Amino acid sequence: MQACAGAFRALSWRTEMPPVPESRPRLANAERASSGRYSGWRLLREGLTGHRGWSPAWAKAVPRPRYRVVIVGGGGHGLATAFYLATEHGIDDVAVLEKGPIGLGNVGRNTTFIRSNYFHPNNIRFYDFSLKLWEGLEHKLNFNAMVSQRGTLNLFHTEAQRDLFTRRANQMRLLGVDAEALSREAVKALAPLVDVDNGRFPVLGGFLQPRGGTVRHDAVAWGYARAASEAGVDIVEQCEVTGIARDGQRVVGVETTSGFIGADTVCLAVAGHSSRLAAMAGLKLPIETHVLQAFVTEAVKPVLDVVLTYGASHFYVSQSDKGGLVYGGALDGYNTYGQRGTLPMAEELAASAVTLMPGLARLKVLRQWGGVMDMTMDGSPLITKTPIEGLILNGGWCYGGFKAIPAGGVTTAHLIARGSLHPLAAHLGLERFVAGRTVDERGVGPFPYAH
Amino acid sequence: MLRIPCPWCGERDETEFRYRGDATKVRPAGDASLAVFAAYVYERDNPLGWHIEWWLHVAGCRKLLKVVRHTLSHDIHAVLAPEDEPVLPRQESGR
Repeated sequence: MQACAGAFRALSWRTEMPPVPESRPRLANAERASSGRYSGWRLLREGLTGHRGWSPAWAKAVPRPRYRVVIVGGGGHGLATAFYLATEHGIDDVAVLEKGPIGLGNVGRNTTFIRSNYFHPNNIRFYDFSLKLWEGLEHKLNFNAMVSQRGTLNLFHTEAQRDLFTRRANQMRLLGVDAEALSREAVKALAPLVDVDNGRFPVLGGFLQPRGGTVRHDAVAWGYARAASEAGVDIVEQCEVTGIARDGQRVVGVETTSGFIGADTVCLAVAGHSSRLAAMAGLKLPIETHVLQAFVTEAVKPVLDVVLTYGASHFYVSQSDKGGLVYGGALDGYNTYGQRGTLPMAEELAASAVTLMPGLARLKVLRQWGGVMDMTMDGSPLITKTPIEGLILNGGWCYGGFKAIPAGGVTTAHLIARGSLHPLAAHLGLERFVAGRTVDERGVGPFPYAH
Repeated sequence: MLRIPCPWCGERDETEFRYRGDATKVRPAGDASLAVFAAYVYERDNPLGWHIEWWLHVAGCRKLLKVVRHTLSHDIHAVLAPEDEPVLPRQESGR
């Protein structure tokens, strides 16, 4: 089965949801206890009454035999898709199936950055839409996700690099997105720890996206899970999908460790493992799986209040609210499903950290971990129909999955509910690979390990 | 750190090599259809298990090697010359 070819052919895929069976028992939802609204008053009241009034943030659902929509993967994108399906499209006959507990996959493994400083106009529009959703997310979810727009600062070290960044910043400003050029002195003032005069790669200046920043990633998973559960979605943990059931070229449900679950639409939101799930439906994707690593140092007093990227190697760092410096780098470079760190990367990133900010040499690294990602052939994600009718794919997130969670959820929910591509994600279909419309932000060609 | 036993140079660190991707893709005939070429260029098996892949020994003999490596355990089963046909171990023995 050739997914790309199929996607190109099938311009005549259905554009509407199949008819919904009229009545079905909603016992699981009716019996669901609400966690109630969170507020300062409630915290005060609970504090005075021994914290006995809290209930679980989301219901641990037992799967029913059939749903209108089954979402495979209870990470950021799966939960967000379920939440927007229920709240914006009125489709609450939805189950999210997660093979482990909520929050232990990639949604809890990334370096928590949000930003929209891309070059390709479609990428800028998509990621800035996401950034705008982040800005209002906590009110929408009634959950403190600690969204912190502390700014994203990209350093440059050569004049050629400055020109490249200027071009990107201009492109962003043309589309109404914030970007500012900073002098060397301004960089020094904003991030005093940076050795702007270092002999190896002196800093010439930087580009700042003031609206960029960080979000507490666990809270994103919990917040979406709670809000989706409240809106009527069944969140089923410890339920691994082992097969995708088809009737000819139409999906009819999934085989799981909890038995068969029927569905009109199955949405895969399992980035890192999209190839394996797609293979269950006989599809081959333009994806390789690679590991990205992150590190955190011991906690120190505030020393860095901006997200910083180094221009001389692939290295990015921010300081968490606990005080640890969280940093990460590039891919290891070879296909892997191993969710663990490796020593060559530990060494390379430590070298980058110390070249950029020599003061960090005094810090101890506490933890190192890895998350495996779908690296697509053009470095851009997939929000797409597939040649299997009723099978929707949200995946291929490469480096950009976390920051895209709200936009990924909105556009994937739109695709599931309306049957048509959301205008902001219209360029993210599988057919782009056959049609020659790849969205290759860095222009490196079909080499997933190079994006 | 992967240690790759180069048939020409002996066992070396992964940092001496450059990964060059899936070694099972075969270029279609020149008159093949667009869809066939797209599948060749873009689609990958991306297995969780044994993977046949290219590594270029850039800081050594500069030869292209065909390596059979497990994508979860990272065990290296065989390192061969480009023209050799690897025999895959049983899938479950990888870890």
